[in-house]
Amino acid sequence: MSEPAPSSPPTLTDAERDELRRQGILLTSMEELYNWGRSHSVWPLQFGLACCAIEMIAASMARFDIARFGSEVFRPSPRQADLLIVSGTVTKKMTPQVVRLWNQMPEPKYCIAMGACAISGGPFKQGYNVLKGIDRFIPVDIYIPGCPPRPEALLHGLMQLQEKIRGQKISGPDAPRHLQADTTCEYPVPDFGEHDLVPPQNPAVWQPPVIVRKEGA
Amino acid sequence: METPDQIRNRLLSRFPGAAVSLVSNPGPAAQHSLLLDAAHARAIATFLRDDPLLQLDLCSNVTGVDWPDREIVETTRTSTPDPAGGPAKVVEQKTKRLQPGCLEVVYHLYSVALLHGPVVLRLRTGNRSDQVTLPSLTPVWRACEFQEREVFDLFGVVFEDHPDLRRILMWDGFKDHPMRKDYVEPDDYEWEPTPHGDVLAKARKHYPAPAPAAAAKEEPKP
Repeated sequence: MSEPAPSSPPTLTDAERDELRRQGILLTSMEELYNWGRSHSVWPLQFGLACCAIEMIAASMARFDIARFGSEVFRPSPRQADLLIVSGTVTKKMTPQVVRLWNQMPEPKYCIAMGACAISGGPFKQGYNVLKGIDRFIPVDIYIPGCPPRPEALLHGLMQLQEKIRGQKISGPDAPRHLQADTTCEYPVPDFGEHDLVPPQNPAVWQPPVIVRKEGA
Repeated sequence: METPDQIRNRLLSRFPGAAVSLVSNPGPAAQHSLLLDAAHARAIATFLRDDPLLQLDLCSNVTGVDWPDREIVETTRTSTPDPAGGPAKVVEQKTKRLQPGCLEVVYHLYSVALLHGPVVLRLRTGNRSDQVTLPSLTPVWRACEFQEREVFDLFGVVFEDHPDLRRILMWDGFKDHPMRKDYVEPDDYEWEPTPHGDVLAKARKHYPAPAPAAAAKEEPKP
């Protein structure tokens, strides 16, 4: 809902709109209708990396049934998907492929980091071969903690994502990146270096946290 | 099955020029192993596979061990008797000796035909830098192919006559061998909730605590 201009008539309150809906009159905005439709038809990419993917598969089966939230259409191609569920450990060798899949998805697109490994490297955080969180290269919308998260947690994460989609603006400075003229939706794919990925992170997306240590800690 | 000592005696009589020594395992598993010399390793391996008493037809596991250079301190005590009749004078002398390091490859062999095993073979390289070539046992046991590639990738042992010696876990342009003891991993993790040991040292380097003088100034005076 855009702010009313001073000359325009006052907008309806939510209570008044609900009253109208009960009378069979639907009064809405383009933005609300658009986001409502998008949020109930999120198509995830059929893509699993480790044990979290098993929970993702379980979430799509009859017992948990992700179809109740309009997300059951797992697409085998990134060109048809708008949700990347990074479900599992991202090794450094796999990272360029994950970023490339993300680049191949059309906007508007969203990313869920599912499980401890995708968030931070998890139990493999001190390993030489594991990326310490996919958010070093891809902007992550929803983080789902757990090792692995239960299917209910994934469903909760999906509901949080739907909440986020419903709150998005379709114009103005708060609009998402694909509606901004001056932003690129292409994320740089890291190269394999001699000792590590080059660069080890995308500074436009992720910066190391600033932590003030106490004495003796 | 024959004991490793019996196998060793048979190997020595069959291959007179070979150097086969027994490496004993003092642990409760007591899986003693045979250390072979590189020159005869493949002939001995073929013999172990085809020998009717052993028939070691399955190589179940190939792994590597890194032995870095080690400084060994030996203490020798010499006691000289006191001519005046007092207690003997004991002089301790410490000598330092540098034991050169090497890389080791370990093969675990079983027999599916005779249901026995394991027989453990070891091969050692000359050093850890330029003499790291060992004969590949892939021509003898096909199962060694991927595992020798893994040892090549993570330890840097070069297997001669391997059909396809490429890195298998790390990417092709990678230069290090991560399972070596002196491997320096990329410094790419910033924070741990409960750091200790090396991780604590790293955390201190990344996030130095405020200097004691500055901290003391901030404290309110009584």
